[in-house]
Amino acid sequence: MEMKQALHREKKVTKKKPLLALRDVWKRYLMGEVALDVLKGISLEIYEGEFVAIVGPSGSGKSTLMNLLGILDVPTKGKVIIDDKDISTLTESDLAELRGKKIGFVFQQFNLIHSLTALENVVLPTIFQGIPEQVRLERAKKLLARVGLEQRIGHRPNELSGGQQQRVAIARSLINNPSIILADEPTGNLDSASGKQIMELLLQLHVEEKKTIILVTHDQSLVSHAQRVIRIKDGMVEKVEIRGEK
Amino acid sequence: MIRDYFILAWREVHRRKKRSFLTLLGIIIGIAAVVSLITLGQGLENAIARQFSALGNDKLIITAKGSALTPGLSIDAVKITQDDLKLIDSLAEIKKTAGVIHSYARIEFNDHVRYFMVMGVPTDPDERVLIGETQNFHLLKGRSLNKGDLNKAVLGFEYTRKELFEKKIELGDTILVQEEEFKVVGFWDRTGSPPDDQAVTIPLESYETILGEKDELGLIIAQTQSGEDPIIAAKSIEKELRKSRGVEEGNEDFLVETPQQMAETFAVILDIVGLVVIGIAAISLVVGSVGIMNTMYTAVLQRTKEIGLLKAVGARNKHILLLFLVESGFYGLGGGIIGVALGIVFATVVESIFVLVVGPAFLEVEIKWGFVILTVLFSFFLGCISGLAPALKAAKLNPVESLRYE
Ligand SMILES: Nc1ncnc2c1ncn2[C@@H]1O[C@H](COP(=O)(O)OP(=O)(O)O)[C@@H](O)[C@H]1O
Ligand SMILES: [Mg+2]
Repeated sequence: MEMKQALHREKKVTKKKPLLALRDVWKRYLMGEVALDVLKGISLEIYEGEFVAIVGPSGSGKSTLMNLLGILDVPTKGKVIIDDKDISTLTESDLAELRGKKIGFVFQQFNLIHSLTALENVVLPTIFQGIPEQVRLERAKKLLARVGLEQRIGHRPNELSGGQQQRVAIARSLINNPSIILADEPTGNLDSASGKQIMELLLQLHVEEKKTIILVTHDQSLVSHAQRVIRIKDGMVEKVEIRGEK
Repeated sequence: MIRDYFILAWREVHRRKKRSFLTLLGIIIGIAAVVSLITLGQGLENAIARQFSALGNDKLIITAKGSALTPGLSIDAVKITQDDLKLIDSLAEIKKTAGVIHSYARIEFNDHVRYFMVMGVPTDPDERVLIGETQNFHLLKGRSLNKGDLNKAVLGFEYTRKELFEKKIELGDTILVQEEEFKVVGFWDRTGSPPDDQAVTIPLESYETILGEKDELGLIIAQTQSGEDPIIAAKSIEKELRKSRGVEEGNEDFLVETPQQMAETFAVILDIVGLVVIGIAAISLVVGSVGIMNTMYTAVLQRTKEIGLLKAVGARNKHILLLFLVESGFYGLGGGIIGVALGIVFATVVESIFVLVVGPAFLEVEIKWGFVILTVLFSFFLGCISGLAPALKAAKLNPVESLRYE
């Protein structure tokens, strides 16, 4: 496993300042009269170039945590800091812009747009950044080639297998050249062979492009690639394991 | 980059062809109604304007007040008389005058009795030119009325068919007008205007004996001397008539108008009819607009997850708003284009049928491209406005909730 060796040769890239930080973050959902605390005082820091796995039982709050890390959501209490900025000082529109530039999402359900081709799905996030037509088409084609789908650029999602759809989604997550990739159970809907391909892709991004990757997964073999494993239980950080070279 | 939004919206409209078509239906009907009705109304106006302008700009029309638009029906109205005609004729500004009168009368032939318009006209050739008889009526067969003719009649085109009296009328036949015998000496060719094609033309003198009070006229046409301003001539006619009829300024019991003014009077009436018609069309547009709004609300609901995804990949609220506005605008645009096309086709078909059935005099449909483009643009904006509330709803959706939506 070349990839794994490459990973271990990697120096720990932690710098002084974290890319992302949560400080005593709470998330409460109100369901009618009942208040449900999904996250209960989570603090953690993500550094540039890290590969972090988040694990924990279903319903423990992993996705909720990912939404906060992806500034798709705001905490009920506590602070989310990205690039030294407290997101509570930013407007909804600022957050959307920052999200578009800095963060790439990969979802368990792919979330491709059915009326668009693979190429158009990949191009989609550039529309909101005003990137010139020629540049973005070239970039999208390159990314689709990179995920091994150069023959499928004109296909619609329903003409692609699950694994192929997820590879399109990965290409899409990379189009604006974000520094952070958030992947919430990206292999959860895939057979093990496709899942493995997706995992290799994510690892490649981490190793070759120094992307910061935060991955939620149940798959132990995937977890073993992570430099840090954050175990969530019942809305709290139960345990943090540091792996690989320290 | 607005192009991207058009492409995205178009894909969605295209993907749901059936629903899109149903949505379009309301707008199509509304726009088609607006376009065909306005085009037809305009066509009517054109035709009337042309008829009046055929009279010429140096003519003045003098009528008793209230009778111009309902000739022969103003039983109690004050009359215009031969004396008025003589007075007008004597004015320096006036070159020539002619009077005509018409009303409905009992016509009997072949033991059938029907009621049609009878026109009393001058027999003097110059006066016949002046009243426009020579412009509007052309002989089909026989001859027109000559000086000295009494109890002779020239009949409209319809009398050459057997429908009116179950039997064709031939040259030389005798008909009864108000139980008085008239010999048919000629037939007019078809004019396209049903009242004209069913009219019986007789000399003024005969009209007086069978229908009129002595010296009574329906209207007087006066031709101004060349170089005279018809408006000034009209003023001086008004002044003289006020004097002779003993009425105050502002209380005139008569009207002096140029053909243009008469055409404008008609235009005003048509405009009022047009307003009613537009009101009806507006209702169908509202229905179409509600249809678009409904479709867009459904679309927002169905694509909640997509909206969440768009926000996750960096779309701001205004981007989502724009995207959905463009999509509803597409419905407006599509409905507008199809509706305008259908409206034009409909108006043209109606015109053809009209020409076939009643002749070319009443309708001259004309397609104005400016109006077409304006209507399509209007429809596009109507679509956008109809989609505003759903688009705002889409823009304000919470990204996390939307992504969780199934
Ligand atoms: N928008 C929401 N409204 C109400 N409850 C929610 C919402 N999002 C998540 N939850 C609840 O929070 C808990 C944690 O959810 P989630 O973060 O998706 O867990 P995980 O991803 O670890 O399975 C679950 O009980 C879930 O039902
Ligand atoms: Mg989850």
